[in-house]
Amino acid sequence: MLNYTLRRLLFAIPTLLVISFIIFLILDLAPGDPTGSLPLTIPAEVRAKIREALGVGEPIHIAYVKWLRGFFIYEPLHWLDQMGLVIGDPSSRPRIISFATRGPVVDLLMERIPQTLWVVGLSYVVGILIAIPIGVISAYKQYSWFDQFGTFISMVGFSVPTFFTGLLMIVIFSVQLGWFPSVYDTTLEVNSLGTFWLQVKQMIMPVTVLALFNAAQISRFMRASMLDNLTQDYVRTARAKGMSEKVVVLTHVLRNSLIPVVTVIALGIPTIFGGAIITEQIFRVNGLGQLLIIGIQGSDFPLVQTLTFLFAILIVLFNLIADIVYGMLDPRIRYD
Amino acid sequence: MDVTDLKTVFHTQDGVVHAVNGISFHLEEGELLSVVGESGSGKSVTMMSLLKLLPIPPAEIASGKVMFDGKDLLQMDLEELRKIRGGQIGFIFQDPMTSLNPVFNVGFQIMEPLIEHMGLDKKQARARAVELLELVGIPGASDRLNDFPHQFSGGMRQRVMIAIALACDPKILIADEPTTALDVTIQAQIIELIKELRKKLGMAIVWITHDLGVAAGISDRLLVMYGGFVVEHAKVGDLYKRPLHPYTRALLNTLPAEGSGETRLRSIKGSPPNIGAEPKSCPFAPRCDYAFERCHKENPLLERIEGVHDVACWWDVEKEAPRHDG
Repeated sequence: MLNYTLRRLLFAIPTLLVISFIIFLILDLAPGDPTGSLPLTIPAEVRAKIREALGVGEPIHIAYVKWLRGFFIYEPLHWLDQMGLVIGDPSSRPRIISFATRGPVVDLLMERIPQTLWVVGLSYVVGILIAIPIGVISAYKQYSWFDQFGTFISMVGFSVPTFFTGLLMIVIFSVQLGWFPSVYDTTLEVNSLGTFWLQVKQMIMPVTVLALFNAAQISRFMRASMLDNLTQDYVRTARAKGMSEKVVVLTHVLRNSLIPVVTVIALGIPTIFGGAIITEQIFRVNGLGQLLIIGIQGSDFPLVQTLTFLFAILIVLFNLIADIVYGMLDPRIRYD
Repeated sequence: MDVTDLKTVFHTQDGVVHAVNGISFHLEEGELLSVVGESGSGKSVTMMSLLKLLPIPPAEIASGKVMFDGKDLLQMDLEELRKIRGGQIGFIFQDPMTSLNPVFNVGFQIMEPLIEHMGLDKKQARARAVELLELVGIPGASDRLNDFPHQFSGGMRQRVMIAIALACDPKILIADEPTTALDVTIQAQIIELIKELRKKLGMAIVWITHDLGVAAGISDRLLVMYGGFVVEHAKVGDLYKRPLHPYTRALLNTLPAEGSGETRLRSIKGSPPNIGAEPKSCPFAPRCDYAFERCHKENPLLERIEGVHDVACWWDVEKEAPRHDG
């Protein structure tokens, strides 16, 4: 298994390099000008100076190598500096700087990650916790009213986009009832029971909207996988051994059914970081998704490049994790 | 065990399928009863009905009594029935490749019923599991407990299944075509093993098969099934010497005789009956050489001819005349 993991990690390096180059090429082709959002009163020659200072217009191969050096060498070294392990001269190493804020991109990301993890990550966990029991019960009691109802809800959850359910919830719970705030306040510091309650209140709506969407998808997978397994011969064997229905379903069938579902869950984790862009925008959660939108609007190429590449790394990484977990759950699969 | 008038039907989209139509038989302690018949004759469904191992619905056990130790298994609630399943009555299924759970090691799967029914702790159950694997002839038993089903060959998996079925010293072992999915040499090994285990442990066995040759070699009594009915029931010697039902005769006729030099295998003409409707006539009549008017009008009941020999047929094949007048 270790051997396999190392081999896969090595293969990931050329893959990621190619991905980063493609992202770079696409962004280079993209229209837009980082000075475009500056006031029109700024004269053209000043604009040109600003562009030059930002490094816009450099030949693409030079810009690309600079970014690579920044991302793979300078940023990790800077991180080591922070940890107190200074190697070489930190001042000689330019970091990747955002066009818009003139600050290091990685610092921007670090500011945003907690919000995203809290809101989107929690909604994913909640979604899974709802989806698995629903999937199990729906399959065990196939075509019962519970199953029909669950199917209906997940069809709705799956087909109605989050920007619609999100707005609907804001209209009902913020505007009409006034129960929850419609804007997520990142500056809120949780230091007492009262502020904790405020934090919970502002998280309820975005988490619910996203959890519903995730649960709709995963519960369908879970149900299908359970149905596949419930009719297998080994289930009859377990019953013939005199095991209780609880053991038959929750030990024998569930363990087999979870194999494909865990893979789907693992593959979905990168979307926590990138996929909630719209929901973050609606509830004004200033997470990574919202940062990406701002970056694209402002033609902030270093930011977009870095963020997109980060998503690519996560996708490659969780693909590997999904494969490893698959191997751990299913003894028939051995990688070495 | 006494089974009376067992009826099982399946409710399908195309209507009701009558798989088992009022079957009665009994099983004495320590005896080996073979149930023979072609595919779809209701052998497996009968046996699975006894322990309600069929998916209900679509299956429904419409009527019948299964008396075991003075209690009716069909009236029991699931909790009581669970103690019988695996505890008193062991089951071996047809396909060992799919009958074991692929994600648990065989040790866990053997220990499960031991812990459930015999109240052993893990350590005792493990020791017993090793014993069982040795009993069914798996070499290196204690090491193999941690292996997964896919690491065993088909014959070895069937041995594991047998070990599971025998785990709690059942009084009855029901073997549902246990050798059908195996190749011929392995079949012979498994049959030998069952014979040996029967001698050692003395449980009663119900052996479901479509192979009359195998049945002849191992059983005390035989039930011949056709279209969800028992058509003939006899001690093994009587049945082979004096088959009374045209279907049994036809079946025996299909066995290739040794040194006969025949190049074509014989078969029974026609195909098994469609059991979509409750049969009102003899189900074998359309394929029967002896069928006469009455066979198409009335379904013959199982009647005793002599000693332990029952047949359900209007025609007396020995006298070449109808068995009853009118």
